[in-house]
Amino acid sequence: MLVAGIKSRPEYKGLDVDPHAKRHLFALEGEGAAALIDQVGIKGKEFLSKSEILYLPAGSAPKDYGTSLSALGPDSFWQAPTLQPLLFRFRACLDLARMGTRLYIAGTEGFIGQIMQVAMEYGIDYNSIHTEHRGSTARRVQCVHCKGITDNVTTSPFACTHCGLPLLVRDHYSRRLGAFQGVNIDAEEPGTAPAPEEMFP
Amino acid sequence: MTITFRNETFRDDFTFRNSLYNIRRFPFPFDRDEYMYSVNMEPHVRGKKDSVFENLIDVDEHYVAEMHDRALVLKEDPLRCQALPHMMAAQWDTLELLMEHQAQDYPEHFTLTKNGDRWRWINRPMGIDDTFTFGDPSTLPYPPMEYITRQAQGDFCIVDQRDNNLWMDAGMVTTQADWSLDFDIGMNFMEWHGPVPLAHQIGVFDRALKFLLNLQQGKPTRRLNWTMTVNPRLDTSPENYHKWGPDRTTVTPENVGEKMHLRVELQSLWRLPRSNAILFVIRCYLISFNELVTVPKWGRRLPRVLKSLPPEIVDYKGLSRNRPIMLDWLAKYDDGAPTSAGIFPD
Repeated sequence: MLVAGIKSRPEYKGLDVDPHAKRHLFALEGEGAAALIDQVGIKGKEFLSKSEILYLPAGSAPKDYGTSLSALGPDSFWQAPTLQPLLFRFRACLDLARMGTRLYIAGTEGFIGQIMQVAMEYGIDYNSIHTEHRGSTARRVQCVHCKGITDNVTTSPFACTHCGLPLLVRDHYSRRLGAFQGVNIDAEEPGTAPAPEEMFP
Repeated sequence: MTITFRNETFRDDFTFRNSLYNIRRFPFPFDRDEYMYSVNMEPHVRGKKDSVFENLIDVDEHYVAEMHDRALVLKEDPLRCQALPHMMAAQWDTLELLMEHQAQDYPEHFTLTKNGDRWRWINRPMGIDDTFTFGDPSTLPYPPMEYITRQAQGDFCIVDQRDNNLWMDAGMVTTQADWSLDFDIGMNFMEWHGPVPLAHQIGVFDRALKFLLNLQQGKPTRRLNWTMTVNPRLDTSPENYHKWGPDRTTVTPENVGEKMHLRVELQSLWRLPRSNAILFVIRCYLISFNELVTVPKWGRRLPRVLKSLPPEIVDYKGLSRNRPIMLDWLAKYDDGAPTSAGIFPD
């Protein structure tokens, strides 16, 4: 579970398939596949004929959710090897999307954030996007000093993968950047950073 | 009145000082002997002569040096000034407001002449004389907000109003108390105040937002905010925290009077006429403890306030490390006598 009470973090309210949508576009990562499978259990299979699913297995590859998703028989299913091609394909989907398309994102927070960034670029109101957090609570963090982003941060502090400064992960999230803020933890006395602690498993 | 501008620095050798005149007009932020967050807003109207409230956009002896420091910050990090694309009308609103106020209240230093949309702006302290077309960004050397806020003291945020919320969609932020425009741009009111402790729980931000959504044109409002800074450094950004953070370990009982500065923000908020956005001016004033205790009332009150602060606020304002040294040093200025109400010297 994600910790509650961070004012700047979006609320991930859960996928709730919209019966009025003409088309459903799902961007799913890892355990996010189960969020869609759960929806089929709740809402039935009818919406699948109007659904396009983009899936990135990531850390859940051994569970082979791709096979289960494909077996649901959606209008279109496509599995990506890594995030970059998924984002490329997702842009193509948005280029072709028509009025009445509903967007759903499920997976880790870093994944949700990066998909939302692209969606917002395309002028989609973030309030209209259905999101559900599944899987690791790892954070995507931007170093406030060098501006480099580090993915899948599970500890605080952690060493910025770009400039190397030990960063405290602040509970402050930017939707525009799709990242939390990392601030040098031993700025006042360099070399005194505490040992990293597993905070976001 | 003609202001004599000081030649001074806010970095490296830190030659910034306040004149005797400027000490007396410092906006001391504590109107009583204790402090807690509140929606401490009041109408931003002209106040006492020889106070920072005399004019609504205050220009003081540090003007030229502050503008030089801002130029240095921007050269190092251009992301301190950003505007989202839909903010152009609000940028022009901001340029108009600042030019009109500076020209009206400081005619010796600034002149604005309008001939339809052709405007001529003269800034004598900075040696600027530009003629441009209002509304046409191509006629200025910078986008309008950047152009005028390179010539106006304080940080500036332009906040858009929609969906019953306020959105931090443009800003010039080079003298901030540890927050990042680059990180916060695009956030709404609750989001950008996310990291502030205690205030959310006591409803301060709900009330403040409600109040600001109804802010009217021609009726600006203001509040004071404060923190402490070691050395008179304007650029205490999170971006550069690893550069200025070590300053905090240099405070000793011998140098605290000279090194420790009370940092006060006079925040004023203005509804803008064309864009319906709000201009949020965060004007920073610095005063060393040595300078501050020359006003006996302030010397008595500051240690009392510092003693009574809740631990969350001590931590959030970065005071934990040096509070004991400050309290020891300030103790001799508190003789226990009662203090008069309000912020002004007796």
